[in-house]
Amino acid sequence: MGQKMLMKGNEAIAEAAIQAGCRFFFGYPITPQNQIPEYMSKRLPKIEGGCFLQAESEVAAINMVYGAAGAGGRVMTSSSSPGISLKQEGISYIVGAELPCVIVNMVRGGPGLGSIQPAQSDYYQSTRGGGHGDYRMLVLAPSSVQEAVELTQTAFDLADKYRNPVLVMGDGLIGQMMEPVEMPEYKKPADLPEKTWAATGWTPSSDRERAIINSLYIDPAVLEKHVNHLYEKYAVMERTECRWQEEMTEDADYVIVAYGTTARIARSAMRKLRAEGIRAGLIRPITLWPFPNAPIAKAAEHAKAFLTVEMSMGQMVDDVRLAVDGKKPVRFFGRTGGIVPTVREIITEVEKIAKEEA
Amino acid sequence: MAVVYEKTGVLTDTPLHYCPGCTHGIIHRLVAEAIDELGIQGKTVGIAPVGCAVFAYNYFNVDMMEAAHGRAPAVATGCKRVNPDNIVFTYQGDGDLASIGAAEITHAATRGENITVIFVNNAIYGMTGGQMAPTTLPGQVTTTSPYGRDPALCGYPIRVSEMLATLDGPGYIARCSVHDVKHIMDTKKCIKKAFETQIARKGFSMVEVLSTCPTNWGMTPREALNWLEANMIPQYPLGVKKEVE
Repeated sequence: MGQKMLMKGNEAIAEAAIQAGCRFFFGYPITPQNQIPEYMSKRLPKIEGGCFLQAESEVAAINMVYGAAGAGGRVMTSSSSPGISLKQEGISYIVGAELPCVIVNMVRGGPGLGSIQPAQSDYYQSTRGGGHGDYRMLVLAPSSVQEAVELTQTAFDLADKYRNPVLVMGDGLIGQMMEPVEMPEYKKPADLPEKTWAATGWTPSSDRERAIINSLYIDPAVLEKHVNHLYEKYAVMERTECRWQEEMTEDADYVIVAYGTTARIARSAMRKLRAEGIRAGLIRPITLWPFPNAPIAKAAEHAKAFLTVEMSMGQMVDDVRLAVDGKKPVRFFGRTGGIVPTVREIITEVEKIAKEEA
Repeated sequence: MAVVYEKTGVLTDTPLHYCPGCTHGIIHRLVAEAIDELGIQGKTVGIAPVGCAVFAYNYFNVDMMEAAHGRAPAVATGCKRVNPDNIVFTYQGDGDLASIGAAEITHAATRGENITVIFVNNAIYGMTGGQMAPTTLPGQVTTTSPYGRDPALCGYPIRVSEMLATLDGPGYIARCSVHDVKHIMDTKKCIKKAFETQIARKGFSMVEVLSTCPTNWGMTPREALNWLEANMIPQYPLGVKKEVE
C-alpha cells in the first residue's frame, strides 16, 4: 500500500474502508455499486474478525448495520438510490440510537427504478434526513476516486466522533470510473473514545451502565431533550465539519456551484470561460450537509450571478439560494440521470447569464 | 424466614407495563430464569421488538437493543457477527415476526444464524389495540376483522414454527404454551434448550410460545387461558418441530 494503483471507484472505496478498520459489511446487490459488496466478500473473510454478509434485502442490511454498530463494530453498507430509499427507516433508527456507521450511495437516476446511470437526484433525500423524524447526517461528496478514498476513511472517524451515520454520496460515475489512487494505510487516531456504550455483555458488577441501544423516548419531554441533544451535535458539525473547494472565486463575476463529477466538468467550463475573458469561478461543496453557506455568501458580495449545475432537476440549487439570500440571481442548469452535462452546455449557460446581466 | 422464591436478577426491578392477565410477564420470567440458570447473563444481548414487548429493554437485566418493527433478527445478526461469543436473543410478537418481519426471520433461520428467538404468539396485535395478525384464527373477531377473520378475504394463519422447521439452518424449533402450570414448566425447558443450542453453536433456535391477550380478546384472564387451550392449540400444535443432535 501507499503506491499509486489504478482502481475502480467502488473497489477503491471498499479497500479504503478496510484500511480504515471497517470489519463488517452488510449489503444487497444493486447497480451501480455492486463492486463494493463483491470486493468486501473477497477481502473481509480473509481478515481476522471480518465478516461480509449478503442480506436478504436492503431493509435487513441496514438493520444488520444497526446491530453491528450497537455491538461496537466498525461497520458499513452501500447501495444505490432505490436501495437507499429502502434503508431510510433503518437510518432514522440508527440516528435515533446514536450509532456510528458509514453508508455509501452510488446515486443512479430516479424516480422509481429510474436508470442505472449516474445521477445526483438524491440530494434532497441525503441532506434533509431522508427517513422520518428530525435529524441530519454528514454527507460527503467526492469528485474523484482519490477523494472518495480519503473521504471514506474520514467518514468512519466522523461517524465514531459524533455517533451518527455518515453518508458518502457518489454519483454512479465515481463508482464506475477507474483512476490512479494512492491508498493510504490507515492509522487509528488516538483521540477516538472507547465505545463504552456498546451492547457487548453486562452484569451488575460491570464497571459501566447497562447498555440500551434504543431510539424510543415515550415521554415527550424526554424525547425533546434527546432531539435537542442530537441538534447540539449537528450544530457542532455545522461549525466544524463543513468542507468545500473554491477556485478563482475572488474576482469572479459568475460563480458556478457544483459537486461530485459535475464539479469536474464545471471546472473545465470555468477555465475555458476564463480563457474567453469571462470571469468565472467555482465553488465545490464537499460536505453537502453541512452545506458551505459561508463561501457562497461571501462570493455573493461581489459576484453578478450564480449558476448551479447538477445531474438532477435542481435540488442543491435550493441551498445555494438560501446561502445567496436573494442578493444575486441564482440560475440552474441540470440534466437527469445518465445524461452528464457537457462543458459546452455549461459554457453556453454562463454566456447566456453574462449577456442578460450585461 | 426461609426464602421460598426469589425473582431472578436477570429481571430488573422495573414494574411490568403489561395488562392484567397478560402472559408476557410469565414468558419474561422464563427467559430470564433460563439465562440465570445457564450462567450467561454477562454475555447475553437481548433484542426487543416493536409491539407489546417494546419496553423489554427495561425488564431484562442484560445489555439490550431495541429494533425497528420486524427487524430484530437482522439486528441480532449484526450483533452476533461482531461478537460471536455473545449469546444473542430476540423477543418478538406475532405481528412483528410473522408479518412485517417475515423476511428477516426466514432468512435468519435459513442462514442458521446462531441466535435464539422467543416468539410470542397471541394471535393478535396487542399494543396497537387488537388488530388482525397473520396468526389470527379463522373466524376470530379483531378490530380489523370485525366480522371474524375470513380466509377467503385475507387468507389463513401462518404456522411459523412448522414453516421454519422445513429449512436446513435451524438447530432447534419448538412450540409451547403458557396456559397452565405444566405447560409453563415445559416452556421453560424449551427456552433453556434453545439457549443451549446457541451455546453449542448448533444454529438458529426458536421457541414459539402461545400466549394470551385478555384485553384485546375481550375476555377475563381465566377465559383467555381456556380459549387458548381450546382454540389455539388445535391450530398451532405443540411440540418440538426440529432438533439437530
